[in-house]
Formats: sequence, structure tokens, C-alpha cells
Amino acid sequence: MIRSLPNSPLYKYSFRFYAILFFTFLVMPLIVVAVLAFNDSNFIALPWKGFTLDWFFANTDDRLGLFADEDLLQSIFISVKTAFFMALLSTVVGTIAALLFEEEQFRFKGLLYFLALSPLVIPGVILGISILLSSTIAGGYIEKNYGLDIELFRPSFWLVVLGQFSFGATYVMLLVGARLKKFDRTLEEAALSLKATRLQAIWYVTLPFLRPAIIGAFVVAFLISFSNFNTTIFLIGSDPTLPVELYSRVKFNSTPVLNAVSFVIVVFITIVAVTNLFFSRKK
Amino acid sequence: MEKKQFNITFYLLVIPVLLWLVLLIVLPHIDLLISSFKADNDMGEKVFSFANYMAFFEDSIYWRTFINTALYAIGVTILAFVVTFPIAFYLTKVVSNKYASFLTLLLLIPLWVGELVTIYGWMIILGDHGIINEFLKYIGLIEKPIPLLYTDLSMTIGLLYMSMLFMIVPIMSTLESLDDSLIEAASDLGASKWDIFTKIIIPYSMPGITSGSIIVFMLVIGDYVAPNILGGKSSLWFTEQIYNEFLSTFNWNEGAAFGFLLLFLSSAIVWIALRLSGQKLERVGQ
Repeated sequence: MIRSLPNSPLYKYSFRFYAILFFTFLVMPLIVVAVLAFNDSNFIALPWKGFTLDWFFANTDDRLGLFADEDLLQSIFISVKTAFFMALLSTVVGTIAALLFEEEQFRFKGLLYFLALSPLVIPGVILGISILLSSTIAGGYIEKNYGLDIELFRPSFWLVVLGQFSFGATYVMLLVGARLKKFDRTLEEAALSLKATRLQAIWYVTLPFLRPAIIGAFVVAFLISFSNFNTTIFLIGSDPTLPVELYSRVKFNSTPVLNAVSFVIVVFITIVAVTNLFFSRKK
Repeated sequence: MEKKQFNITFYLLVIPVLLWLVLLIVLPHIDLLISSFKADNDMGEKVFSFANYMAFFEDSIYWRTFINTALYAIGVTILAFVVTFPIAFYLTKVVSNKYASFLTLLLLIPLWVGELVTIYGWMIILGDHGIINEFLKYIGLIEKPIPLLYTDLSMTIGLLYMSMLFMIVPIMSTLESLDDSLIEAASDLGASKWDIFTKIIIPYSMPGITSGSIIVFMLVIGDYVAPNILGGKSSLWFTEQIYNEFLSTFNWNEGAAFGFLLLFLSSAIVWIALRLSGQKLERVGQ
């Protein structure tokens, strides 16, 4: 049944067989996209026509490799920029929210906490359209009454950051809050009794304790932003992020350059995941 | 003095949180609700109206799509549970620890790579000249490719693939806290494997199953990429209607009404799930 009990070979092998099937199902799309990035063909399908690096480096009439494809490179750059600002904003506000809900008592705390958790169960498309609607309404109001045209209220880079932040902060709050629950409150009390102000106690005692969780939450928020499509699609202006660019190409104009960019993403994520495992083992 | 310092800290903490929740969660949803009750009158002015909701109930394509999407989401949630539960158990309790951490890592990679890349991968696998068809042709089982892509099957695979890892992770974290000695004791006392599964393991992992189910359901019902890329022309998917209203036909008011219906449906089902399982929303995120 479990490790410590004797198991019949049938039980063990049928479990192993199912696990092999499952993990094949799991890694198959990743391996397929990665391998076909090196296929010497103009189509994203079999047969295998030999090895090439064209889809990374070529710049000819019928083949545009990843590193020559300016639109694609630009969308990667925008995604990184978006993810950085979204993660920064989410980490700051999410950490503040974790401190607020763990350490303070106030009226309507339950209601506020419920609202802070609600992005977990609001589909991303709803957050996208509702933020688009309200920013358009706010922008229209300001333009009518003050004659100002503010870019933030139109679909634009910063609106994407804000839209993704609306749920990113929730994940940070939960990750940081989980570590805060393990915090020994007497340490903060000790700082207070040594005449530290409460802000000093939080800054010098609580935040250093939370640091690993805060860094982890930043990474998680970054990755959430980097792969987000459902909310982003409604809020982008003229500059698409990588998932939006990938979507329109998959839909209308797919060449193996998409495999090349997928290959880069898979390798990057694998490195992040392995590093993470390595560091968590060391502790 | 003490009192005053406490207040400063409190306001420093509460103001950013209020700004976040009021400006980006509460107000947008109020705007969504108000917009959904507005429509053009004969003069082209926006007036209060039930027209958007009437359109939903009068045109059978809309509510049929709505019901189809909800049923699909429930089906995929059940499927995700059936497919991943044995793996969650295998990784936490059966396989040796040496492999467990490697395999768990493997689980997380597709999760972070993102939906677009993996759905694109499935498109290549299932296509007419994809891996499966070429393989079947190679071994001589078929001569002409069988249509796999743009069917309900490919859509289901895509939806299952993009959501199932959100089922397995919470189940694994509850199973990790299940004390092995409970299972050993039951086994020593002669309980069958079936009894141990249904009377100990499943009940114990219920909180994880509930969290996983809620997240999977939400992801599937709100998904656009998998149905749109892998689904057929005739696949009825409600989020696609919302996308069309906002991005193609620019009828935002009707789109807002559809959005609100989707939000209502998903909240109702999540609420029922939380009620039935007696679980708190807070646990869902962990």
C-alpha cells in the first residue's frame, strides 16, 4: 500500500505503469515543441527533415529566426518589463496585506480579507473586462470634465501591470502570510519593549524573517505575469506581451520560430525550477 | 504615545490595501454590473435596460453555450481528479523519496511554462501531420490521418492538461500530512486496499480535493486559449462569446452582461462546493 508496507508486484507495477503513462502525457507537449524547434522544415509538423538552427538565427525571405524576429523579441522584452513591475507592485502590496491581516485587528477585517482573496475565484477574463470597463469610464469622465487625456486609463502598458497586479497581490499575500503565521510574535514584542517604534520593529525584525518568502513570492508573481493571457488580452495597447503575440501567431501565422521561443521558455523555466529545488534542499 | 504609533502603522498598512481592493476589485465589478444594464435606445443613447440579459435568454445559442461550458467545466474537474489522484498518492506515499522530489519538480515545469506553449504543443501532437497521426501511419495502422485536432477530444485534452496540475498540488500537500501509521494500522487490522482508500485516504484528503476542484473548475470555465485553439468550429464556449463582444463586435454592454452571468455561475458553484465541504475560501489558495 505504502512504502513501509509490503506490496504485491502487481500493485507496484500497475502503479508504475500508470505513472509512466501520466508523465509521458505531461512532458510530451514540452518535448515535442522543443525538439521541433530544430527541424529543418517550414512547417510546424513532422516529418523530421534534419537538424537546423535556422529557427533561432536565420534571416532570409522564408525563414525568420527568433533572434532576427524583432516583433517577437520586442514582445519578450515587454513581457519581462510587465512581469518585473507587476511582481514588484504585487510583492509590496501583498506583503503589506499579509502584515495587515495577521497583525492588526479592525472593523470590517473579515470583509476586507474576503475581498483580498476573491481574485482566486474570479475568472481572469472577468477581471480583465471589468478593469477595462472601469478604466474607460474613469478616463471618459476625466476627459469630459477636465479635458485631460490620461494614458493609464486607456489600454496600455501600465493598465496591464495594474490588471495583473489585482490578482498577483493575492498570491503574494498568501505566500508571505503562510510564513508570517510561523513568526514568533515575542521577537516583535521584545523590539517594542526595547523602545523600537512599531514600524522599526516591522522593518528590522519581521521583514528580515519574511525575506525568503518575499523573494519566493516575487518569483511566483513574475512567472504568473509572464504567462498570463486571459486578463492581459483586454488591457494591452499597441504593444503585445509574449503570450498575446504567441496566441495571434499560433492562430494565424505559425512557423517553427514559435517552437524556438517555446524551447527558450522551457529551458529557462527548467533552470529556475532546478535552482529552486537545489536551494530548498540546502536548507 | 503608544496608541498614536499604533495608528500610524495601521494606516500605512491599510491604505495601500484599500486602494488595491477598492480601485481594482470593487469599483470595476460595480462598473461591470452597471454596464450590463445599459443598452442603446433608438436615439443611440445609453439607457437603463434589461436588453443584454434578454438577449442571453432569448437567443438559444447563448444559454446553450453557457450550460455546455458549465457542464464541460464540471466534467473536466472530475476527470482531473480521477487522473491525478493516483499520481498524488503515488508521489507522496508509494514511490521512493529519491524519485519523488524529481517527479514533483517535473510536475511544476508545465505549470510555469504557461498555457500557450503547452497548448501549442498539443496542437502539434494532434494535428493531421502531428506526432500521433504520423506514428499510426508509420506502423501501418491507418492510411489517412484521423481528425484529432479541432474536436471535442482535443479540447478536452487541452483543458485537462492546463488545469490538472492545480488539482494535484493541493491534494499532495494534504496527503503529505497524512500519518502513514494510520494506513499501517488499518492494514494490520485486515482492512482491504479499497477500504483504506475510501475510508481513510479519500476522506483525509478532502480539503485538498475541494481546493483543487475549485481552482480547476475556475480555470476551465474561464479559459479561452484551449477551446479557441484546440476546439472545433462548433465548440460552444462561453468565454469565447465574451471575447467576441469585447474584441470583435465591440458590444461591451452585452459582454458585461455575459461576464456578470459567468461570474454569477462560477461564484454560485464555488459557494456550493465550499458549503458542502465546510471549507473556507482562505484554504483554496494554499
